[in-house]
Amino acid sequence: MDEALLEVEDLHVHFPTPDGVVQAVNGISYSLGKQEILAIVGESGSGKSVGVLSLLRLIPTRDCEVQGSVHFEGRDLLQLSDAEMREMRGNRIAMVFQDPMTSLNPVLRIGDQIQESIIEHQGISEKVAKGRAIELLALVGIPEAEKRYRHYPHQFSGGMRQRIMIAAGLACEPSVLIADEPTTALDVTIQAQIIDLVKRLCREIGMSVIWITHDLGIVAGLADRVAVMYAGKIVEFAPVDQLFKTPQHPYSKGLLNSLPRLDTRSEKPLEAIEGLPPNLIHYPTSCPFLERCSYKTEQCQTPPEKQSISTTHEVWCHHAGKL
Amino acid sequence: MTEPLVQVKNLSMHFGQASGFLKRPQRVVKAVDNVSLDVFEGETLGLVGESGCGKSTLGRSILQLYKPTAGTVQYRGTDLVQLEGKALRKMRNRFQMIYQDPYASLNPRMKIADIIGEPMYIHQLHPRSEIRAEVEKILEMVGLTREFADRYPHEFSGGQRQRIGIARALAAQPDFIVADEPISALDVSIQAQIINLMRNLQSQLKLTYLFIAHDLAVVRHISDRMAVMYLGKVMELTDSNSIYENPLHPYTQSLLSAIPIPDPEKEREREANRVLLEGEVPSPENPPKGCAFCTRCPRKQEVLKSKQIDCSTQAPQFTEAKPGHWTACHLYT
Repeated sequence: MDEALLEVEDLHVHFPTPDGVVQAVNGISYSLGKQEILAIVGESGSGKSVGVLSLLRLIPTRDCEVQGSVHFEGRDLLQLSDAEMREMRGNRIAMVFQDPMTSLNPVLRIGDQIQESIIEHQGISEKVAKGRAIELLALVGIPEAEKRYRHYPHQFSGGMRQRIMIAAGLACEPSVLIADEPTTALDVTIQAQIIDLVKRLCREIGMSVIWITHDLGIVAGLADRVAVMYAGKIVEFAPVDQLFKTPQHPYSKGLLNSLPRLDTRSEKPLEAIEGLPPNLIHYPTSCPFLERCSYKTEQCQTPPEKQSISTTHEVWCHHAGKL
Repeated sequence: MTEPLVQVKNLSMHFGQASGFLKRPQRVVKAVDNVSLDVFEGETLGLVGESGCGKSTLGRSILQLYKPTAGTVQYRGTDLVQLEGKALRKMRNRFQMIYQDPYASLNPRMKIADIIGEPMYIHQLHPRSEIRAEVEKILEMVGLTREFADRYPHEFSGGQRQRIGIARALAAQPDFIVADEPISALDVSIQAQIINLMRNLQSQLKLTYLFIAHDLAVVRHISDRMAVMYLGKVMELTDSNSIYENPLHPYTQSLLSAIPIPDPEKEREREANRVLLEGEVPSPENPPKGCAFCTRCPRKQEVLKSKQIDCSTQAPQFTEAKPGHWTACHLYT
């Protein structure tokens, strides 16, 4: 990984509410390389979705305050005008959402939904765009693409709709595809098909992917590097092998130990992480994981700085390397 | 684990069956079709399958939340399907259910004490004056504190609500509990808490579980035996270790290979041998004529060659391929 394609620096997303400011994302930084699959793992409320939605400025600015910078192709996405941003979305950076049942427009034919972004961004004729849309449908594995092109979303199953979402995302050959839990709503056998598809496309058209998930199993088989998020912060950042072999943050360790595994069976109880994540309105001044951490010491009253275990492995914990 | 506590025989639950005066022919969804299985006292039987395979419907029709359209459910020798009204209601405290969604299954207008106390009151398990004390006892048993009794459901997190759901099931003093995806609405770190709780309660109270889930890893961890369902039928049934180590049915094999394991090295190894299933589950309204799995089965040709059986016309019987290992596939008949 020599050159970063996308660089996020010190991103904050705060939502003012009548009860106080919800600090959903609290200063995250990461970079995405060419043809890389980066997984962002975290539980609900950890800020993983909000973090990427704000990259594309998909959260209305009247609802939130976004700070930091997002460098992509030499420009800061957060500083672009709305028109310039529209040029980016779906064209250079595309997104696939979690729920394939609700993210397609039910009254438009799927072909129209796929070619919409091609026509918008590349200004080519509808006829050419149609050919391209049919190609894309075939690419993501939809049989009888020419016939299916004219069908409506309700005529497809969940897995098929997610393929259509991916086809629409790929329409303009973006350099970055952001996938927000794209397989969570799908069955495992269909999930395996989608993962296989994304990996193949990543190789074939040289696209980079940010894949958001809560499932560490998916991460193991898919990602090159992993960011683990907790309470709006990245707590550990590592290449996939290192994260699974030598997790350094107590939270990553806890997550891995709390998973029942298919390939081993033990009579021992699972090592659950006790307690709950902190309230993001009254954000703790200490390490955010303090309450649930079994390694806590005096030191942990101050939030930890980044510690580098190696050039690629970073962790935000006072006890990094000593656990 | 000697006597079957619950014996399910040829159970079918067909929705939309023609009924009433005109008997207009309707489209019938065979959600559960001719399923037989035993649940032994003190064990956990895991029931896995993808969405729409009928696992929840099976759980509900065993508990008579749906009246099965055919078959019997023997509970300690009594056929529950024959029971109706008062007689059934009287037995209901013996078998309880834990629901999937802890946000939807607790009445938002009832205090926790009333939610948990209601089954005790209805089944007259304790004198009224003692119900409060019993509620507090159960709250502590599921890892909550007695102060929670006077609060409302919205004040709790998902994991805590699921504990309340478990407490409500326990309040009826059941010996058989059907848990329908009790952890799939929860975060990973909370899931482990609930699994551990359910296991502890099982050994404390000698409970028998039918544990329904789509996550095979979780089911393997908690179950003694496992049943794999597909399109309304049980495809394979055996102890949890053999199902993983030696799966017989092609569906079980491909299901297992589709499940990601949190270990990058192993995943790379497995990727080479992964059996990617093509296509999707057929509609239960119009299932294939022969074996339910024949439209996606990667070993169909093998059967045709070695046994001269056409899977798409001939349905396999559910047979004991090895001692204690049942499967419905022509490869093993």
